[in-house]
Amino acid sequence: MQIERLVVMANQIADYFAAEPDRQEAIAGAAGHLRRFWDPRMRKQIVDHFHDSGEGLNEIAREAVARLAQSR
Amino acid sequence: MYSIDHHDRGTPASADSTLVTVEIDGRSLTVPAGTSIMRAASLVDQDVPKLCATDSLEHFGSCRLCLVEVEGRRGYPASCTTPVADGMKVRTQSDKLSRLRKHVLELYVSDHPLDCVSCPSNGHCELQDMAELHGVTGTRYGFDGANHQQAEIDASNPYFRFDPSLCIVCSRCVRACDEIQGTFALTIDGRGFASVVSASQHESFLASECVSCGQCVEACPTAALTEKSVVEVGAAEQAATTTCAYCGVGCSFKVETRGGQVVRMAPNRDGHANHGHACVKGRFAFGYATHPERVLKPMIRESIADPWREVGWEEAIAYAAARFRALQDRYGRDSIGGITSSRCTNEESFLVQKLVRAAFGTNNVDTCARVCHSPTGYGLKSTLGESAGTQAFDSVMKSDAIIVVGANPTEAHPVFASRMKQRLRQGARLIVIDPREIALVRSPHVEADVHLQLRPGTNVAIINALAHVVVTEGLTRDQYVHDRCEVDSYEKWKGFIADPKNSPEATEAVTGVPAELVRKAARIFAGVPNGAIYYGLGVTEHSQGSTMVMGIANLAMATGNLGREGVGVNPLRGQNNVQGACDMGSFPHEFSGYRHVSDPAVRGLFESTWGVRLQAEPGLRIPNMFDAALDGSFKGLYVQGEDIAQSDPNTAHVFAALSAMECVVVQDLFLNETAKFAHVFLPGASFLEKDGTFTNAERRISRVRKVMEPRAGMGDWEVTVALSNALGYPMHYDHPSEIMDEIARLTPTFTGVTFEKIDRLGSIQWPCNDRAPEGTPTMHVDTFVRGKGKFLLTEYLPTSERTSSRFPLILTTGRILSQYNVGAQTRRTANVAWSAEDLLEMHPADAEARGIASGDWVGVSSRAGSTLLRAEVTERVQPGIVYTTFHFPESGANVVTTENSDWATNCPEYKVTAVQAVRVTEPVSWRQHHQMLEHVHAAPNR
Repeated sequence: MQIERLVVMANQIADYFAAEPDRQEAIAGAAGHLRRFWDPRMRKQIVDHFHDSGEGLNEIAREAVARLAQSR
Repeated sequence: MYSIDHHDRGTPASADSTLVTVEIDGRSLTVPAGTSIMRAASLVDQDVPKLCATDSLEHFGSCRLCLVEVEGRRGYPASCTTPVADGMKVRTQSDKLSRLRKHVLELYVSDHPLDCVSCPSNGHCELQDMAELHGVTGTRYGFDGANHQQAEIDASNPYFRFDPSLCIVCSRCVRACDEIQGTFALTIDGRGFASVVSASQHESFLASECVSCGQCVEACPTAALTEKSVVEVGAAEQAATTTCAYCGVGCSFKVETRGGQVVRMAPNRDGHANHGHACVKGRFAFGYATHPERVLKPMIRESIADPWREVGWEEAIAYAAARFRALQDRYGRDSIGGITSSRCTNEESFLVQKLVRAAFGTNNVDTCARVCHSPTGYGLKSTLGESAGTQAFDSVMKSDAIIVVGANPTEAHPVFASRMKQRLRQGARLIVIDPREIALVRSPHVEADVHLQLRPGTNVAIINALAHVVVTEGLTRDQYVHDRCEVDSYEKWKGFIADPKNSPEATEAVTGVPAELVRKAARIFAGVPNGAIYYGLGVTEHSQGSTMVMGIANLAMATGNLGREGVGVNPLRGQNNVQGACDMGSFPHEFSGYRHVSDPAVRGLFESTWGVRLQAEPGLRIPNMFDAALDGSFKGLYVQGEDIAQSDPNTAHVFAALSAMECVVVQDLFLNETAKFAHVFLPGASFLEKDGTFTNAERRISRVRKVMEPRAGMGDWEVTVALSNALGYPMHYDHPSEIMDEIARLTPTFTGVTFEKIDRLGSIQWPCNDRAPEGTPTMHVDTFVRGKGKFLLTEYLPTSERTSSRFPLILTTGRILSQYNVGAQTRRTANVAWSAEDLLEMHPADAEARGIASGDWVGVSSRAGSTLLRAEVTERVQPGIVYTTFHFPESGANVVTTENSDWATNCPEYKVTAVQAVRVTEPVSWRQHHQMLEHVHAAPNR
């Protein structure tokens, strides 16, 4: 899939959870959402992109994807 | 005329809890106070003669045929207008009464044709019945006097005609239009002998305000208002009860047939969702089932550049299975998937997702709810614990204030809209939140207290502002919240929502809605005992669709408006079985009953029942399937009853994705837009050709009953079974009821559901299980399904789809009454008399600036594409906003919509697209391209 599209989607998810005042909770929320709703190939691609450069990912999205990367 | 198998009791039932005992013709009975003598008599099988009375309408007392004698009272009161009283003794039959009635009938007959034998209502006419009952074969007044026999027939409506010569001026049609439909399109014009039924201001029915719901036809006691189909086919011989295949109201109908041919669809007065009402689609637009464009033979082709080749079922199924398996062998198990349909039954959707999970071995299954109400599932599950509306439709009759947000019920859910308008006419307050001035804002005898005419894309800012007023002005119901919700989440939410950034004054710049109107709306809603919220796709089809659903749930919880009648959060579902398709496990991450595929206990239950290992990871959603097709990892798709090429956004993107797939199997009634990219076409069956169930927007499971055999030889469920068998995963069912039995075994909210129970009760609202054996009309009564209700933070985030100097207007989309969804059904009916094309609504100021007048062709361009629509200049839309529908493929409304989507569910943001609109004289490329596709992909017999 186009990585640009996945980055936009991951950032949108992160933006929603960013309203949460507890930053760790926000990151956990975004990571959990990616885990529960994204097909494995999408998760793999965003994790690969994170390892590659992570370009375009906002802060919470980046940290959420990092958690996915750790749990692989 | 009401259904041939309905027993009309003359007046509606009384809801009074006080009981009174009366004696009628020597028989004693006890009935609620307020019951008419006429109804009470009918309950002891002593039907009183009548003409102007029918049990769907309030009593009127005009025909003077229902006179009775009451012991101790003088005269002969009309039994329809006289309520029973305790100890009352009534005689409905006597020589005197018979003479009086006969006299009245002779007056009617003196101005009525006596050609009953050739009349379309022969054998089903109340005047004929009354005349025969009283032995009236002629009249002492003769037939030479003034009469209406030469009055002109109005046949303008495509579905029914009005013959004034047969009219007895009983006003049943006028009252039905007023009391039930709420359009007030009809009146009795003139006085005395000159009295005549008139549509609007002496207009034809078609040109008038009439919305063709058919309620006047239903109410007419003679053949004055008659379906043309009855005239053409003849009187019905049989009736079967079924459920409408159009919108999410799920109306119950009696399908009346003659010699296997459908004569008409008569609304079922015992129907729990519609109580005998209907709309122009469900009542009349069933002709698509026998339309000549139905494809009745399976077809295959090697590539989409090849012509179709008709084959037998066996060859088509084997071909599809072989191609799917070849793709999996070459590209991997997860390279294919399937899409279930909201137009198919629960049983069919369940089977398709079972096919994908068990036979394909993947969770790549999704449903068309992806593009409409998927945010409802996510938002309500997260806050309340269940992915469904909370109420029965009847609940609205106990609402004191109603918010209608992002929904246009009079167009998209007309039967429910009529019910809501009944309550509004009784005095309930109304708050409309919509960028357009929808009909509910101001229509006969209905006017919104407040219309929050916001800019598209600012829903969350508005719901936050409403909640801000409720919280900061102390209008919350804290005891309710503390008893029933997570207090920590409530306190956190209160802190968030009380922030001045969420105040109406702060959000006014974003929403365009004056702060004082928002404050007024919040005070109305929070200030009444029962406040209810009804919403539609104007809530969900946004980049913050799920956030908005959560915001609605937050507001309902904070004001204590959940868990009883009259309140609630009520998604108005677009298609007839959106709720059901979602319930059946059509989403890639959930099994039936909304249980995540990663739950080992749930997965284990399905694995043991289905005898196969299932995947624990979520599959692809429809937009992800398209993206994956373009990157080469998704190659095959089985699409049942869904036209993704027309209904999904950014047509160019969808076309490219479908073109990239190597095996697309389409199962549908017609060679739809998606079929142009298909390699296998499997003929579908209409709702008239199948047994099963639909689940409507109020979680009501109703039966669909077969009235004719599948025209292509196989029912939809049988096709899925055959495909599964060909793939090497055998399925064994003899009847759809057995599929429901399996659903019940696997789904906690359906445990108590059987076809037998639905037949016995008429319908069942899930959850239906040991705790609620006959179903659950109102959810979350004592506790929320998730235990404690959870408040979630709903930060307003502007959509990334912005206007610019290049695209200065915002396009938003919606529906109209006479057409349905992508129009595959309604475009093939006489409903095109009301709407034969999609129009672009534009404010006069925008139109003037562009030199555009109503009827002009307008080129509409966005970042995704461009198309051509005719303009309708109207103040229904605000300056800067344009609006269209998507019912006609040649309009290409989705050529211009973008791939922006809801953050949580990928539901497309259909409601916000930045566009430019310019007057043009020549068709643009989209229409030329569409015409070319129509020619290339035609079926061989066309």
